[in-house]
Amino acid sequence: MRRTLFESLTRRPLTEIPPLPDDAALAELATSVNRAARRKLGRSLSIRAVDAGSCNGCELEIHALNNAFYDLERFGLRFVASPRHADVLMVTGPVTKNMREALERTYNAMPDPKWVVAVGDCAVDGGLFSGSYAVVGGVGKVVPVDLHIRGCPPQPVQLLAGLLTLLNEAG
Amino acid sequence: MPPLADLLKGTAVEAHRPWPRVVVTHAVWREIAHALAQGRATLLGLWGDQAAAPAVHKSMVHKPIVHMAIMSEEACDIAVVSIDCPAGSFPSIGAEHPPAIRLERAIFSLFGLEPIGAPDKRPWLDLGFWDVQYPLGARAAAPATRTAYAFLPVEGESLHQIPVGPVHAGIIEPGHFRFTAGGETVARLEQRLGYVHKGIESLMAGATVERAAQLAARTCGDSTVAYGIAFARAVEAVLQIEPPVRAAYLRALMAELERLANHLGDIGAICNDASFALMHAHCGILRERVLRAADAAFGHRLMMDRVVPGGVAGDLDPAGAATIHEALQDIRRRFSRLVELYDNTASLQDRTVASGIVTADLARQFGAGGYVGRASGRNFDARRTPGYAPYDQLDFSVPVFTAGDVDARVWVRIREVEQSLALIEQILARLPQGPLTMPLAEGAGEGLGLAEGFRGDVLAWVRLDGMRVERCHLRDPSWFQWPLLEAAIEGNIVADFPLCNKSFNCSYSGHDL
Repeated sequence: MRRTLFESLTRRPLTEIPPLPDDAALAELATSVNRAARRKLGRSLSIRAVDAGSCNGCELEIHALNNAFYDLERFGLRFVASPRHADVLMVTGPVTKNMREALERTYNAMPDPKWVVAVGDCAVDGGLFSGSYAVVGGVGKVVPVDLHIRGCPPQPVQLLAGLLTLLNEAG
Repeated sequence: MPPLADLLKGTAVEAHRPWPRVVVTHAVWREIAHALAQGRATLLGLWGDQAAAPAVHKSMVHKPIVHMAIMSEEACDIAVVSIDCPAGSFPSIGAEHPPAIRLERAIFSLFGLEPIGAPDKRPWLDLGFWDVQYPLGARAAAPATRTAYAFLPVEGESLHQIPVGPVHAGIIEPGHFRFTAGGETVARLEQRLGYVHKGIESLMAGATVERAAQLAARTCGDSTVAYGIAFARAVEAVLQIEPPVRAAYLRALMAELERLANHLGDIGAICNDASFALMHAHCGILRERVLRAADAAFGHRLMMDRVVPGGVAGDLDPAGAATIHEALQDIRRRFSRLVELYDNTASLQDRTVASGIVTADLARQFGAGGYVGRASGRNFDARRTPGYAPYDQLDFSVPVFTAGDVDARVWVRIREVEQSLALIEQILARLPQGPLTMPLAEGAGEGLGLAEGFRGDVLAWVRLDGMRVERCHLRDPSWFQWPLLEAAIEGNIVADFPLCNKSFNCSYSGHDL
């Protein structure tokens, strides 16, 4: 273990230059964030992730945000275990009927001000799963969405761009 | 005579490929239940069938029927047996063979077909939030009032319950765990799943083969390649075609990259749940290297929709092959050091060794696939039995351990990482030239496909009518692993649950469908 630790002192970090904020996302957010909220939060956001019926693909890429290449925490963004500690609710999946209530309750447990980020194509409108008896069809039908990050699943760099846009606007 | 043949007393159905399907009487069905209980065959799947609600097809009406896939591991033999259920019921397999219990509960919730004599009649997947009842069978409006779900009773002094989920603390899929503990020790864990049920099988009914393949690829995102292969093989079985040789090799290449990425992620995550973050960080880097190579080679980090019925979508160019080769060299160089680190860190071993033991008997009884089975002595791998192209042309071994604990499940993954690295090298070295797809003709009939994902064997069963899917059933390996997690955690401390759970890494979405 010693060798591994020493090496990491001398090796250049793998962490990459962050992507530019996403223009489309910026436009979507312009209306949803106000100055007061920015002053209260500073440049830091805590994120609570909820899988509302995803295939797990989005979760894998959200996980990747924490690896050495993307290193989400350097931006003051971090995932928290409790919705009561969260500023941002990150939701994946088309929202299954079986998860609807749990999603609402998670949202209601968060203190204000709060933002909702819907991740993945099926979180927009149900995507491939829309029309099913078991699916509500989009996060926006259950909680108010401030930002959509599209993709099936979105790549970590797209997630990062979306979150940085949110941070710049909200933080 | 193949050993399954003496069980298959009934009327063989035409156009079920590549293995036979036999319609049997209730008496023979019960005999098979008995044979499963005795260990003479392994349960591969159990699912309902009948005309689903989007009735796009003429006047065709199907009677309710239940299918069961069984396998003789010794004889590499597979068969599907079916039973007509004109009265809306069938003799319970679960009454004799517990691995069938949840599958039968799901059949009841989705089709309304009742397993007579079943030991557990509570609903499964249907959590009381749908507008319809029996959505795949005789649809009816859901009852206006929901009845509370009765968790199994636990008796004893000073026991307390810990309800966890469906929303968990981490970035993971949702499910409910009900722990009953005496102090620190778990007396019983009961799972309640179905939160991510999307109704995939209902969406598939009447869908084109192309759309159904996309749905199959999104049944379980971490195993999208494995699901793609299983579904494609089922369709190809119906149409009696084999994908071109180059396509078969490219499928295997993607499947091994998927296995590699998932195992690397899991090894790190298991160590992380034992608070050894260093392994998590380093394994995360290696996983990212695999995903980036996959993206460079196939244009998608998870390789979604790259396997299609008839072959593969998209070729591998020399630059893509070079990127994969480069990632492989890097992983080879670094991984052995990480293995050494795992093996030599006593504080980590203290957590993983002798935690969450699955006995060999349970693994065999449940036909547990993947690392869960292979860490408990079950020597099964669908790449070898029944086997499919191109694995018959490739050299690989199937690592098997017997301790059945978290540590053994880590070691299976470590050895499989090494095997996958070797397999990818072989595939890149031997990749034949040729076409990428076989044209799909219209066809009718039924087909079964099996593919070995990183988690275990994925089963796909499909009935085609022309270029449309009439019925498709997908069985995730997790169906036979989730119940074993309940058994494995008994007697362990609550704090070891995340560790044990991660060592199983069962799928929620694949299971919930």
